[in-house]
Order: sequence, then structure tokens, then C-alpha cells
Amino acid sequence: MKISTFRRHGREGLKNLTRNGWMTFASFSAVTVTLLLLGVFLLLAYNVQQFSYQLEDQVVINVFVKEGLQKNEVIELERQIKNTPGVVEMKFVPKETGLKDLKDKFKENGELLDVMESNNPLPDKFVVKASNPQETKIVSQKIEQSPLVDKVKYGEDWVDQLFKVTDMVRNAGAIFVIGLCFTALFLINNTIKVTIFARRKEIEIMKLCGATNWFIRWPFLIEGLLIGLFGSILPILALGIGYDYLLKNVSGVMLFSFAPFDPLIYSVSGLLIGIGALIGMLGSVLSISRFLRI
Amino acid sequence: MIEMHDVWKQYPNGSAALQGVSVRIDKGEFVYVVGPSGAGKSTFIKLMYREERPTKGSIFVNGFNIERLKERKIPLMRRQIGVVFQDFKLLPNLTVYENVAFALEVIEAPKRKIKNRVAEVLNLVSLTEKLDALPGQLSGGQQQRVSIARALVNSPAVIIADEPTGNLDPETSWEIMDLFEEINRRGTTIVMATHNKEIVNTMKKRVLAIENGQIVRDQKRGVYGYEN
Repeated sequence: MKISTFRRHGREGLKNLTRNGWMTFASFSAVTVTLLLLGVFLLLAYNVQQFSYQLEDQVVINVFVKEGLQKNEVIELERQIKNTPGVVEMKFVPKETGLKDLKDKFKENGELLDVMESNNPLPDKFVVKASNPQETKIVSQKIEQSPLVDKVKYGEDWVDQLFKVTDMVRNAGAIFVIGLCFTALFLINNTIKVTIFARRKEIEIMKLCGATNWFIRWPFLIEGLLIGLFGSILPILALGIGYDYLLKNVSGVMLFSFAPFDPLIYSVSGLLIGIGALIGMLGSVLSISRFLRI
Repeated sequence: MIEMHDVWKQYPNGSAALQGVSVRIDKGEFVYVVGPSGAGKSTFIKLMYREERPTKGSIFVNGFNIERLKERKIPLMRRQIGVVFQDFKLLPNLTVYENVAFALEVIEAPKRKIKNRVAEVLNLVSLTEKLDALPGQLSGGQQQRVSIARALVNSPAVIIADEPTGNLDPETSWEIMDLFEEINRRGTTIVMATHNKEIVNTMKKRVLAIENGQIVRDQKRGVYGYEN
């Protein structure tokens, strides 16, 4: 193809946007609306996922040290825990600190515990975090094997439930977003198909004038690309401004905080531009192919 | 120029449009194809630029073996044949100039050459004043002249016309026929399907009559031969 021909295709693609004003508007709206919807759900799904990780991150293992150990034995236990695969963070909490924490929890009724000061019944403990919260159970079982450990607690009953729920939420989010992607594809593709159907006569005429298939396809491809690109501008602006507003006015939901603006919005924008451009091009090229058979 | 050997065409719905047609049209001829509606005229015409493919038989147009032609060679063949339709088939969103230029753009002709050649053929069909008009702003006769200009612009050896005056009033029809006459005088072969009795009888050209999918009459300087 000559360069001048390629320039001609670009020019034609651009002109077709205005020549077929209403159809351009229809395709453009379809892209804008579906990408906006997709963007909102992407942000939502990502944040829900973040929430679930934050929630899981709260899960810690309390390793209670056996009563009456020597200092060097405590150090040995610390070494053992540190070397347990899957442990990412650990902290020694002596019984005095444990009591203080307990008192803080009871707030103004904390004085009731003052009697314990002289004879503290609490054991020393290590607070341990698993690198992957989902492996908390495995990690705690490994630590429990040490003879220096009295017992290990991580809230077995509710933690196992929690992981089931967070897993489900994440999977549901992923399936939902993928499903929405396909819906977006389908919606945009269908709109383009309808607008191109209205121009099938033109395609036929071009073929009868001796145009090759690619000579006809190029302007359509460029037109589709432009509609996809332009169509992703509004959703990106809306999402960016909206999310910024949300972050500035609402710090989070309950205990959770929202994912920061950067890089989330940039990735979502990139994804929307990519999807818009790709569907625009593919939708056009695939839709005209059946009218080229003449 | 155009040769058909025992050509059969059966449509998927079972109707046999052509049943064993053989014909030879030489360079520079002007041939009318006449016959009742549904007799196979349109199919006969469409086979020549491969809008339809024959079920059986062989067709040669301008050196191309039409039924053996590979899909990607079809554009090459069509560029050497000008086709004119009853419904003009102009691109509605393009101006007169752009419509005619389109046939040159597809062969990637240089811009200057396109400009000169389009001006030349629009001059021939007397439409120089309407360069920037859209087809919808023109009369039927003017639109048909644009489509003739587009068919001519590549200097094809043959022009195939399917009832080009079918949508036009008698006076305009005569203008269009004069134009075809002029084009033929310059050496272009013309094959034209028509229902226009008066024109066929007056012009005294070769006439092919098709009935029930067969050529029933082939006359030099023939007449229309049917009551309208």
C-alpha cells in the first residue's frame, strides 16, 4: 500500500465519523456507557478485594510461651518461630504488656484488673503473622510442634469462616468483571454491527468498483478505533474525578480504607482505552466481513 | 471480448435462470439484451462482472476466466469493466467528484492524475458544474451520468449496463443513450439489458433476446420484438 493511500484511509475514516453522524453517536454512546459501567465495577471489585486482604491481614497467631522458661529458652523459641516457613512478622509480648493491652480494652473498668498487677496470670506470648494469611492454620500447626510452646491460638472458628467468605467475594468479583467485559464486548459489537448494516450498500458498491477487501476495511478500522478511543475519554474522566472526590471525602468504609488513586485509576484507564480501541477495531472489521463477500 | 460457453445458472431456491447460454461478443460491439421480466437478462449481466457465479459452463470477459477467478483477483477484473446500474449505485455520502474519483482511488492512482481524469470524464457527461453536489441533490438523469462517468474513468474495454434507463423519463433516457452511443463510438464495447422498446428499435444495434433462460434470437441491427 502506498503512503498516500494510507493517508487517504485515515482521512476517510475520520470523515466517516461526521458523514454518519448519528451512527457515530450511537456507537460512541454504546462505548461510553458500557466502559463507564465496566470502570465503576472494576474500581468496586478492586476495592472489595483490597478490603478482603485488609481483613485477612488482621489475622494473627498468638503463640503462648510455656510457664517458667529460662530466658535462653525463650530466645530459642523466638529463633524457632522465625525459622518456620511462612512466617513474615513476629513480636514478643511479655505478660506485663499483655495485661496493659487487656486493661486498655476494658477502658474505664480497667482498674478492676489492678489486682492482677502483683500476681499476673497471663503467659508471655509471641504474636505471629503468616506471610499468606490463608496459611495461618498450617503455620500455627508447625509452631505448635515445639515443646517450648504452651498453646497456639488464632481464632480457628471464625478465621476459617472468614477465609471462606473472602475467597468467595474475590472469586465472585473476578467472575463478575469478566462477565461484564463480555457484555461490554457484545453490546459495543452489536451497535457497530447495526450501524455498519446500514452501510452494507456502500460496501457492495465499493466492491463493484473494484476495491479490494482491505481497501474497504481500512477506513472502517480507523473509524472504529477512533470511536473506541473517543468513547473511553468520558468514562475515564468521570471515574478519575469521581474516585478523587470519594477519596477526599470518605476515608473508608468501617475499618477499611480505599485503594489509593495512583496507580489504580491509571491501570483502569489504560484497560478502558485498550478495550475501547480493540473492540472498536475488531467490531468494525468483523462486522463488515460478511458484506465483503460479493 | 466476451464469450460464454454453455452457461447454466441455477439459484439456491431452485429456479433455473440460465439454461445453456453460449454467446460471443466482439470488441467494439454494442449489444442490447432484451426479453420479458424474469427471463434471465439480469443473471446474464451479473455473471459478466461476477456478482453471480455460473453453476456450469465457462465465461471469459476481457481475457479473464470469470468462473475460475480467484477471490483476490476479482477486484483486478472489475477495474477493467465498467458497470452501470438501474439504481445508479452511487455512494450517497460522497460528492459527484468523490464518487467518480473512487474508481481511481482503488487502483491507487496519483492524486494529480485522478484530478485530471475525473475532470475529463465529468466533462464528457456534461456535469462539470455539479462537482461538489451530493447524489441526493441531483436528478435521476444526472445521477446516471455520474455513474457512467465512474464506469468510464478507468477507460475500461467494456461497459456493462443493467437497464440504465429503467428509472428515467423518455427524454432523459435519450440523453443517456446518446452518451452510450458516443462512448461506443470511441471504441468501448457495450452490453446493455433494457426494456426500452423505442430505443432498441431506433438504434438498430445487435439484439440478444433471452426467454426462459435461453437465447432465442440473436440479430444484427435487430429490433425489440416484444409488445410493452
